[in-house]
Amino acid sequence: MKPLKTTNEFVIRFANVNGTGSWSANLLFARTAFRMGIPVSPKNIFPSNIQGLPTWYEIRVSEKGYLGQRSNDVDIMVAMNPQSMAADTKTVVSGGYLIYDNTKRLGSHLKRDDINYIGLPLTEMCLREYEDPKLRLLFKNIIYIGALAALTDLDFEVLKNLISDQFKGKERLIKPNIGALELGYNYAKEHFDCPLGIRVKATNKTDNKILIDGNSALALGALYGGASVVGWYPITPSTSVVDSFKKYAARLRTCETTGEKNYAVLQAEDELAAMGMVLGASWMGARAFTATSGPGVSLMSEFLGLSYFAEIPAVLFDIQRSGPSTGMPTRTQQSDIISCAYASHGDTKHVLLIPSRPKECFDMSADAFDLSDQLQTAIIVMSDLDLGMNDNVSEPLEWDDKREYKRGKVLSEDDLEKMTERFGRYLDKDGDGIGTRTLPGTHPSKGSFFTRGSSHNAYAAYTENSDDYVECMKRLERKWETAKTLVPKPEIKRKEDGATSGVIYYGTSDYATQEALDLLEQEGHSFDAMRLRAFPFNKDVEEFLAAHETLYVIEQNRDAQMRTLLMKECETDPAKLVPVLGYSGRPITAQEIREQIEDHLNIKKKKAA
Amino acid sequence: MSYINPQFRHPCSNTNEIGCTRKDYEGVISTLCAGCGHDSITAAVVQACFELSIKPHTVAKISGIGCSSKTPAYFLSQSHGFNSVHGRMPSIATGANLANRDMIYLGISGDGDTASIGIGQFVHIARRNLNMLYMVENNGCYGLTKGQDSATADVGSAAKGGIPNEFAPVDLVSMALDLGASFVARGFSGDKEQLVPLIKAGLSHKGFAFLDIISPCVTFNNTPGSTKSYAHMREHMEMTGKVDFVPEEAEIKVDYKPGEMTDITLHDGAHIRLNKLGDDYDPQNRRGALAAEEKAKEKGEILTGLLFVDPESHDLHDVLGTTTKHPLRNLDEKTLCPGAKALEAINETSR
Repeated sequence: MKPLKTTNEFVIRFANVNGTGSWSANLLFARTAFRMGIPVSPKNIFPSNIQGLPTWYEIRVSEKGYLGQRSNDVDIMVAMNPQSMAADTKTVVSGGYLIYDNTKRLGSHLKRDDINYIGLPLTEMCLREYEDPKLRLLFKNIIYIGALAALTDLDFEVLKNLISDQFKGKERLIKPNIGALELGYNYAKEHFDCPLGIRVKATNKTDNKILIDGNSALALGALYGGASVVGWYPITPSTSVVDSFKKYAARLRTCETTGEKNYAVLQAEDELAAMGMVLGASWMGARAFTATSGPGVSLMSEFLGLSYFAEIPAVLFDIQRSGPSTGMPTRTQQSDIISCAYASHGDTKHVLLIPSRPKECFDMSADAFDLSDQLQTAIIVMSDLDLGMNDNVSEPLEWDDKREYKRGKVLSEDDLEKMTERFGRYLDKDGDGIGTRTLPGTHPSKGSFFTRGSSHNAYAAYTENSDDYVECMKRLERKWETAKTLVPKPEIKRKEDGATSGVIYYGTSDYATQEALDLLEQEGHSFDAMRLRAFPFNKDVEEFLAAHETLYVIEQNRDAQMRTLLMKECETDPAKLVPVLGYSGRPITAQEIREQIEDHLNIKKKKAA
Repeated sequence: MSYINPQFRHPCSNTNEIGCTRKDYEGVISTLCAGCGHDSITAAVVQACFELSIKPHTVAKISGIGCSSKTPAYFLSQSHGFNSVHGRMPSIATGANLANRDMIYLGISGDGDTASIGIGQFVHIARRNLNMLYMVENNGCYGLTKGQDSATADVGSAAKGGIPNEFAPVDLVSMALDLGASFVARGFSGDKEQLVPLIKAGLSHKGFAFLDIISPCVTFNNTPGSTKSYAHMREHMEMTGKVDFVPEEAEIKVDYKPGEMTDITLHDGAHIRLNKLGDDYDPQNRRGALAAEEKAKEKGEILTGLLFVDPESHDLHDVLGTTTKHPLRNLDEKTLCPGAKALEAINETSR
């Protein structure tokens, strides 16, 4: 058996027991490689459980920048969970490594003759070194990270600095942690021929980049975008959006002298109330948001319809997870596309923004508040668990201090004072479908109106007059057309000689699609590519659709939801939109994409023959 | 029911301290049935706001869905109004209040809106002590859908359909008391003399003021078998005391004998004066209020008046520690946005 040899291109997976502190230890490996200049994509694959169930942490290290999930196979398996060990052993590629705790003898059923076994006496070392059973559990993780540093040639200084950074302010914890790292490091150096064939070598591919989770980036975007009211209800995987907002706001939005908060975050009784709070606050003129996942969107649909029809701004972050119903709460998917695009009864549709990376999360989050004020309607930012809860390599977040918030058409007290005609909240003076708002309490005698979800005329008065109703619905269509000019354009990459086929993808299918396209290119298949970034679709999207004979629509749901939207909204011939789907709850892989496209190409070839 | 709102006012009609006449507190003409209790409540709101000299545009009037929730259109036309979604007025009011703590919040709901579809939001707004007056126009039935029993209908009470209700009623007053509302009262749409001071006190109270108002539905639930009819209310209404609301600057003119009255000072210096009738009722004793409500129910009486007030309570903003300098919605970009430099520092910690 030939041991695998690879530098800066491999997958390492850690199998742990949930609730044992493994996540923060495993993150050390990812961050060390990142600081050494190699792009990484750590993914936490965790159960809906607090303690006891199997959990995995996978890091793809890729100097080439392929940061999507590669496949289910791994090059190094750190098998620390006896419960899942048999299955874990099977996922190691031929020539790969299994790292295990050899305090107990390895069962014969776990023996494979095509992989390498590295035994570390972890339990024994912990029993010897630590009195406290809790410390034994925690430091076991740190010890294997130390050993891995020697085995894969991680820069030990970088690793030690990370520990120091991590425990800034809790200095007494630094020494024992570094001690545990050294224990593992030295053991591996003494007992194995370090480094192994799989190794990390410093380079410069992460210069200026940051490693941050999408939810933190969304929260920062909201903070910078001027959100001051948050109503929310806890739900995985969106909770950390609000947690991060609270963390940053406590530091950056609190009066230093009085300690008074220039924001309000309130945990609601359910998602209905959370969205109600957002609408109430936006109606009053503050920028407000909530964050949720699919089940929350279902409950918020009622208020999303009100937002659409009464034309009240709102920002909603939907961190998608596997549905339907409660589904797999801790696994990823892109399966709320249709439920968000058309949330609520009646003729209703909503603007969606779809980020792929943390930087885009930040930008789209801040932009969502501008768009929402400009369009006077709800904006839904469609992230997912993969992007939201995992650390992702990203361009640094940027803010232009000259930027001004776009508050849309809102009349000030002066505007109202000068106004001579009758105020009409829903009059379409500019022909863009957007009326002028006034905020409560602005002027003593002008500009008051009644907001309602029932049918209203241009002066916001209740009406059951069909002409008034139809005019209102038509105006909302005009506003939808305006939205097309304001939402972000798709990112389009065309081949120089112009391919006849293209791929369409969005959100976290980005990396896997890039990698799949490279693999297909090597086989002689080239495609134009379009990454959708928003709904409604604008002219660029329509043109891309029209310019290609075959379009592979890559997405992470069973029902090809984006394909449905493209069919319906762009009136595209369904026959040319080929669904490419991955909905296992794990992020879609390059392999899945490549195989489905190849299968389709083969079918086409057979038909032609 | 009239369909024209007369514009004529007597040239000598009274003005209040800010120079407004009663008309400045009115709204569009009501589309409710003639004799509807809700219209009397509307009139009481107009009178209370006029007498308090409230600037109409400083009020935000928010409602859910139903007959009661239509009424905000019938008063304070210079105020912004929000007729939201069925049972969801509390969350809209909460968001609005978080955004701007300086407005006066008047929430109007009904028994269907609050005791059924919106009971979850009612529970939570009460326990959060949001600074607002929350009025329920309680008629024990669903008027807009033609008279079905609501959750506040008493056992045995029969509406127009004639079938007595079999299910235990939701008592919103007991609930509000139990949940920690800092002001709890009950009125009757047919007793304006009692209702107006209760509305004034509720509007002046800092914290969650809950006012349950029995308001007969003349079309569907004003029957001989109903416990929410005018006749039943007049026969079975019991009072905690005679309530009066005294603005801060008004001097106390009437002398009461000691023990006959309780004077409670609200946070803004105004007083609620309770002229005791009969039993020694202490409106600052939550447990006593709950017991009195239970006792009245046992006797088949409807307890009205001010049941409980805690003038020193902490409202939601106090608990959250929101800035007192400006309403959140007025914060400028400099205050809201931490700027590029702070973001660079965050980038630095993410490497």
